[in-house]
Amino acid sequence: MDSAVQTINNLTIGFTSQKGKQISILKNISTTIKKGETVGIVGESGSGKSTLALAMMGYVKHGLYTISGECLFHSNNLLEMKNKDLENIRGRKIAMIPQNAGQSLTPNLKIGYQIDEALKLHTDLKKEERDKKISELLNKVRLPSPEIMAQRYPHELSGGQQQRVAVAMALAGNPELLLLDEPTTGLDVTTQAHVLELLNFIAKDTGTSMVYVSHDLGAIAQVSDRVIVMYSGEIVLDGPVRSILKNPIHPYTFGLLKSIPKLTSPGLPDSMSGSQPQPGTIKTGCSFYERCNLAEDNCKNNSPTLEYIDDLNTSVRCFKYKELINVKETNLDTVKSINNDVLQNEILDISKVSISYAKQKFIDQLLNKIDDSNPTVKDINININKGETLALVGESGSGKSTILKSIAGLLKTKDGMIMFDKDKVLSNDLKMRDPGFLRAIQLIFQNPDESLNPNHTVEEIVSQPLRLYFGLKGDELKQKIIEVLEKVRLGEFYLTRYPRQLSGGEKQRVAVARAFAAKPDIILCDEVTSALDVSVQAAVLNLLQELKEDFGTTYIFVSHDLAVVRAISDRVAVLYQGRLCEIGPSKNVYQLPSHPYTEVLLGAVLEPDPDVKPKLVAEDIVEEKPPEKGCSFQGRCPRILGDICKNEVPPWQIGENGNSIRCHIKVEDLKKQQNIN
Amino acid sequence: MTLEKEQKKNNLQKVYEVIKTMASKPSGFIGLSILLFHVILAITSPLYVPYDYKAIDPSLMLQAPSSEYWFGTDSLGRDVFTRTILGGRTALTVTFFGSLIALLWGGALGIFCGLVGGKIDDVVMRIIDAFLSIPWILAMLLIVSLLGTTTLVLIPALGFFYGKGIVRVARAATHDVIAKDFIVSARARGHSNLSIIWNEILPNVRDAIMVEGAMRWSWMLLGFSSLSFLGFGVSPPTPDWGLMISNARGLMSFAYWAVLAPIFGLSSLIIGINLTADAFAKALGIDRSTKAPV
Repeated sequence: MDSAVQTINNLTIGFTSQKGKQISILKNISTTIKKGETVGIVGESGSGKSTLALAMMGYVKHGLYTISGECLFHSNNLLEMKNKDLENIRGRKIAMIPQNAGQSLTPNLKIGYQIDEALKLHTDLKKEERDKKISELLNKVRLPSPEIMAQRYPHELSGGQQQRVAVAMALAGNPELLLLDEPTTGLDVTTQAHVLELLNFIAKDTGTSMVYVSHDLGAIAQVSDRVIVMYSGEIVLDGPVRSILKNPIHPYTFGLLKSIPKLTSPGLPDSMSGSQPQPGTIKTGCSFYERCNLAEDNCKNNSPTLEYIDDLNTSVRCFKYKELINVKETNLDTVKSINNDVLQNEILDISKVSISYAKQKFIDQLLNKIDDSNPTVKDINININKGETLALVGESGSGKSTILKSIAGLLKTKDGMIMFDKDKVLSNDLKMRDPGFLRAIQLIFQNPDESLNPNHTVEEIVSQPLRLYFGLKGDELKQKIIEVLEKVRLGEFYLTRYPRQLSGGEKQRVAVARAFAAKPDIILCDEVTSALDVSVQAAVLNLLQELKEDFGTTYIFVSHDLAVVRAISDRVAVLYQGRLCEIGPSKNVYQLPSHPYTEVLLGAVLEPDPDVKPKLVAEDIVEEKPPEKGCSFQGRCPRILGDICKNEVPPWQIGENGNSIRCHIKVEDLKKQQNIN
Repeated sequence: MTLEKEQKKNNLQKVYEVIKTMASKPSGFIGLSILLFHVILAITSPLYVPYDYKAIDPSLMLQAPSSEYWFGTDSLGRDVFTRTILGGRTALTVTFFGSLIALLWGGALGIFCGLVGGKIDDVVMRIIDAFLSIPWILAMLLIVSLLGTTTLVLIPALGFFYGKGIVRVARAATHDVIAKDFIVSARARGHSNLSIIWNEILPNVRDAIMVEGAMRWSWMLLGFSSLSFLGFGVSPPTPDWGLMISNARGLMSFAYWAVLAPIFGLSSLIIGINLTADAFAKALGIDRSTKAPV
């Protein structure tokens, strides 16, 4: 059991800057991957975790090179091997599963053919044996009816199925070591839980060693035996998963765990200040010094070494780890609970809204008639009060972003009305809307890289709404821009910067500043934190909450992350296939009894705790279209009653906690069923 | 300092940086030098030409290069050196303004089509495709023979024919940008289409269009010289490389100098523009090598 599959000794990888300086991306990495072990590598973007994973395959990205050290697979140094010899190892001995399987599969070749290619390359099997093996592999990754699946093209599969195919291809060569680079990051919560469970099963079944690279501590907690935490190209913590996640003894990991919103503890998580240093900027001392609460002068001047602590079986790179040994991570006192006094003062009333993506016929277009009996979004009734944060939750395809777009006027509604401030009707057409209403509703997008014009400076970006809505010019404009930037904790210093010169968190702050510059009444947040690192996410959530307290803004918050929603929202609406399933105050929605879909979602959430396993209640099938009649969730519902669910739209019931549930099952029965199971 | 002034300063600085980056690589430096040399020559050459370019002297017919006539003389006894250094002036002027026109209408139509999309985009692009399928030289010959060979006809005609490709490039570049959230964001804020084009799209597609324009310039130069060669460009006795090559090509076997000098002038200018355009693309971070010309 103890034989090492891969040993990395003092590995340093870096590049030479334009000025001829050598800059390290990975610094003195030493670790061993044992046979049958699953090692999780955690770190935020830029921590070098992907570079390390690639080095484990003997690959160094273009422009980078090995400065020192070695990466031994059994006893061969991969980094010095010739390409020809590496070919025999890659795929056969070490396989990799990439992040986005949809992009790594060739779109115009059938699944079976692609797996066959991998088999041809990595095994000596004959044609008939290979055919059998393909079915076997597809069975192993639990794809239904392998023979039919093999005849399909990648685009005919869902994201989760594509990821399974990628796993099957990686297993084709019976590798000893499997490298997974963020394999579940783009997937829905329920799918993610299923894929992780599959990986766990495969690891046990085949005895393959796995290296699981991710930024998501929740996912890491579910699969790993051992966790390596990376920061700024260094290993800062390395030990068994339980001791790392339950009692982290490095201040970075400690802060990271505290900044993750959790289902079990409502309220906003603590945020970490600052951001990871750019490679090459740290000269002496600990790389985490700037952001560390425990830092002292010694940390600034001397670099800590990776120290092995015997009784914890953990290595840590910190001078002051002893202070953290006895601190329990589950320290709930520090969590700020949000307490908003929401008045019954309606600001937005969405009534009976349906939205259709169906292509219109030319004549219907002329008559302004949309004919679609089964629209993407149907019958949405939501009231939003002033100063409230309403969250729309659901998996991809649930129509949450669609609803957001129609509120912003970017999509026409098919039926229904959106009323603003009690009695003003918001026009369907953006061009017909009153400029005052346009100003009152602002959007913040998921990815600041896309929502900020790369050719504009921060000053120009923030000046757009100020010029458009308030007609400000010259010094007055500049003054106002600085004022708005200071509100989001960015100073005058940022005025002349371009988005590419900012970190992810700073960019999202600029996007927040642009939205608030319009003095809006409602801000629509579309997955605003999902492109951000965990520590930054907490900071942005905190910022949004503070701004809301200052300005009394109303948020409509769209997210797939239930823990984030739990942290920030007052009320939650759960959507499936464009239909509302449940709506209510967030603390009530998160409590059982609830709608079966909410139950499925809550069960699939990954907590950064190896002892809390996700409950896989429903299958992770992806439905492409909402059902013609009946309940929207009938296809996947684990508690389906029968024909009534298929034929009749379920009624609204008031749940025990004051949440509204749309289900045929009586609340009392739901309570019984959900408590027993 | 106000926003506008600062921006102006930023822009100037950007231009300076781009030129500096272009000149830092050998190929870019050579290209820029050749182009600069040709431009200076075109502007200043009338001041120091040794002979009159249209002075015909039958007694000096087809003289070999000598200290008196550096590049020899042509079949009418005119000095080839004089005619060569003057020969680029018309070509350079016509094609420069021609590509400017191509850039403007091609860029504008391309961005418009990319932005509005739908039926209008379909119709316009099919018309462009139809024009692309017409051999440009035949169409040019038709236009020139109907309207005459004055510069005022040549510049817009060349500008039109070489702008078609730019429409496609500008449209493609706009398509890349249009799906981005910052455009959606500007729309949701209620900006007008014109403001979206000017503020949000143009800064992002400008580089691609300019590089394409620079490339078209060198192609247009070749096209214009071909027209002259066929006798539809510049009318004699105005010196022009294409015309000179055409006139002297029959005598190539015994008076190679009369054809070699304009060839050298033309090809060096085209190489110069090409190298400059390539360096320009690289300095702006656009990789032309991966994109096939349209």
